[in-house]
Amino acid sequence: MNAREEILGRVRAALEGAPPPPVVEPRSVVEPRAVVEQGAQRPISRDHSATDLVDLFAERVADYTATVHRCTADEVEAVLTELLGDRTTVVPPGFDRAVPHPVEDTGLTPTELDGIDAVVTMATLGIAETGTIVLTHGPGQGRRALSLVPDLHVCVVREDQVVPGVPDAVTALDPTRPQTWISGPSATSDIELDRVEGVHGPRTLRVVLVAGDA
Amino acid sequence: MVTCINDALVPQTGRAVVTLLRRLGVDVDFPEGQTCCGQPMVNTGYLDEAVPVVRTFVRAFEGYDAVVTPSGSCAGCARHQHAIVARRSDDPAFVAAVEETAPKVFELSEFLVDVLGVEDVGASFPHRVTYHPTCHSLRMLGVGDRPLRLLRAVRGIDLVELPGAEQCCGFGGTFAVKNADTSVAMGADKARHVRSTGAEVLVAGDSSCLMHVGGLLSRERAGVRVMHLAEVLAAQEGT
Amino acid sequence: MPPFPEAARIALANTQLRTNLAHATATIRDKRARVVAEVDDWEELRTAGAATKDRVLLDLDTHLVRLEESLIRAGATVHWARDAEEACRIVADVAKAHHVDEVVKVKSMATQEIGLNEALAQEGISAWETDLAELIVQLGDDLPSHILVPAIHRNRAEIREIFLAGMARAGRPAPEGLDDEPAHLAEAARLHLREKFLRAEVAVSGANFAVAETGTLVVVESEGNGRMCLTLPQVLVSVVGIEKVVPTWADLDVFLQLLPRSSTGERMNPFTSTWTGVTPGDGPQEVHVVLLDNGRTRALADEVGRQALRCIRCSACLNVCPVYERTGGHAYGSVYPGPIGAILNPLLRGVGVDDQVDSLPYASSLCGACYDVCPVKIDIPSVLVDLRAQVVDAHRGGVPRPEAVAMKAAAATFRRPGLLRAAERLTRPGLAVVRRVGASAWTGARDLPPAPKESFRAWWKRTDGGRS
Repeated sequence: MNAREEILGRVRAALEGAPPPPVVEPRSVVEPRAVVEQGAQRPISRDHSATDLVDLFAERVADYTATVHRCTADEVEAVLTELLGDRTTVVPPGFDRAVPHPVEDTGLTPTELDGIDAVVTMATLGIAETGTIVLTHGPGQGRRALSLVPDLHVCVVREDQVVPGVPDAVTALDPTRPQTWISGPSATSDIELDRVEGVHGPRTLRVVLVAGDA
Repeated sequence: MVTCINDALVPQTGRAVVTLLRRLGVDVDFPEGQTCCGQPMVNTGYLDEAVPVVRTFVRAFEGYDAVVTPSGSCAGCARHQHAIVARRSDDPAFVAAVEETAPKVFELSEFLVDVLGVEDVGASFPHRVTYHPTCHSLRMLGVGDRPLRLLRAVRGIDLVELPGAEQCCGFGGTFAVKNADTSVAMGADKARHVRSTGAEVLVAGDSSCLMHVGGLLSRERAGVRVMHLAEVLAAQEGT
Repeated sequence: MPPFPEAARIALANTQLRTNLAHATATIRDKRARVVAEVDDWEELRTAGAATKDRVLLDLDTHLVRLEESLIRAGATVHWARDAEEACRIVADVAKAHHVDEVVKVKSMATQEIGLNEALAQEGISAWETDLAELIVQLGDDLPSHILVPAIHRNRAEIREIFLAGMARAGRPAPEGLDDEPAHLAEAARLHLREKFLRAEVAVSGANFAVAETGTLVVVESEGNGRMCLTLPQVLVSVVGIEKVVPTWADLDVFLQLLPRSSTGERMNPFTSTWTGVTPGDGPQEVHVVLLDNGRTRALADEVGRQALRCIRCSACLNVCPVYERTGGHAYGSVYPGPIGAILNPLLRGVGVDDQVDSLPYASSLCGACYDVCPVKIDIPSVLVDLRAQVVDAHRGGVPRPEAVAMKAAAATFRRPGLLRAAERLTRPGLAVVRRVGASAWTGARDLPPAPKESFRAWWKRTDGGRS
């Protein structure tokens, strides 16, 4: 018997006489969690204005020591210029904002990417409650290696891309696309549970949060 | 249900329960057919050996309105583990009898607060006291802050918070001897926390845990007494 | 490996270890408690997580076949491995097909469980661990002692020594003048590993979740080493325990909330990667998935114990365990230490064969703290008690151990109140109970209470229940 048949056979034998699988109740829609400030809770509700959510997102991103730069659509390029300075910046196909020292992705090797200072991408959505941005690596976001190897990641998120919580994100995302959920810069707590920002992924994350249409 | 440990080693706990319950108007009986809840066997894995012990328990206590025991651990065993033992016996009548008695078993603080509806039991105990919530009363039974509510109502008491109160003292039944080194390491930390409170008396709802921590405190000559919750609630010092 | 009590005794004598552990577990316990308190439907999430896992486990063959179909449709190659040896062989064959003598690895419990690094070494293939803690363990010729923080037993000074001595042997040496500042140690690891990431052709990972509906695999991590391994090499092999299946993509909602808060005590871990087979032009172009049994079907057959297969390896149970906090992970003699290890090892390997495995269900005071924090509600204390009964039953019939004799004697006394009364009289000052469970182990460090003049039973009889 091959391994597949044998394992499936063992599973079936193990489950002989077992109770039927439970029906999993759909869960109620969850309100975004309140913001806790010095012990007091500032409630965030689904019914409240979108501003609350965007504020929460900005606060939670900042909690991970990623910096958030809020601006209007007209100001994006100025912010990018300021953030990127004289760094070489890999620009994914479909990213339509100008940056100071762009490098086009012509199928750069990992080693070539390692020689580039920064990367700039769009995002697919932002999760308010956890301060997470999600890339699905389509146009404007680039293949996964681009937003991984350079040490500075500048990510442009539109306010209307912010969803309340993880359930909303899971519902909105397409599982067949590769995804990278990013919650702050690379970090480790492996040494005495002391949080150190920055190991292998980008050590600096800057989120440009754009009001209105970006 | 006095418990085997109290019966043999800490009889004053049982006497305190009798005093306390009578003061609150409860008709107390001690069925002499009782021995042990069977927990030492169940928790060590000797289920066959536990079967006759649990049968003895059920026989001793059937017919009473409530079975009160000064032990979170023994109450937990009766309520949550007797059914496992009964199923082992393959005897439907025994399973049914356990289903009948198990829900009537109460840990002392549950019985006082939930069944009798009292928090002030008329005790007075003018001493500095710290309270250790034992694991099985806390997590298996979920007695919550009932023991603390009872203690706060005691006249003259100076109740001080125990640091790391909810961490296990390390007794754990036969764990205390099968893994004696680890058990003692856990107990030593508990004893250190107790000493840090400056309390004269360590109170808990399980004599077994008190024997363990008390044994360490005594070996360290820490000058801290251990007392069962029942003894403090039965006390009427200076009244 | 010696049985737990002996291994624990050695660990308990190491005061540095106990200091490191007490600090680390207290830190992470507090972090977890803070972020869990933020979530008002936490209990609902736990219930949903447990139910979803049960739904998979109780219909596992269906979900596995579905996962396999989805993976193949997405361009992945699926392998099945009955045991550790078969799984290691599959990974080695993939590496050899690409003529590589090294692979980079994402931290993975499954590959540790099967001893993959050692097996690959036998084939002349170096497997480089890339998680910082795993690197510390690997360079120090050490064993992991925690599921999430494998080097939790090491402090910064020890880690500096390990890097100075070990990095040069494995590749780029540690920077000169390296001090023990955690940020500098992390920087040293970054530099050391970067050259390995950039040249690697084959990567090995595990997976936190495998979605049957879509064939999507998920890896959650913090450092970005996972992303490096999952993205840069052209070939990726993922070793996935068969219990890692979740039915649908939508089910991840629950687990992506439960896991980070339970494990690192964060609202979300820094990086979560998902991939579904091969994505042309992005990431590995050859994707293998090894579905691993290695005892899981044995655990699945255990009516009480099968709930242990719900485990999502968050390690919250380790951090709250008073036994783990004192002994550390090595005492458990397995890559799965702590409360979950105390049930998972016997369930995966069976009881009654190995004294070390048989000692694990007893490595607990049954305090229940682990059950309270488990994000998928594994009732670890109940499984421990059930496994103890299995251990005892497995040894019935042979020459009875002293403990079994004592238990039988105690039970015989307790079944007959008259005998108990007599025993109490005979052994006055009434130490019958404690004597039976081993008085010398007790009195090594603990006094016994002063002997009472009479038992409660005797008092009740003498005074007519205190009335006279």
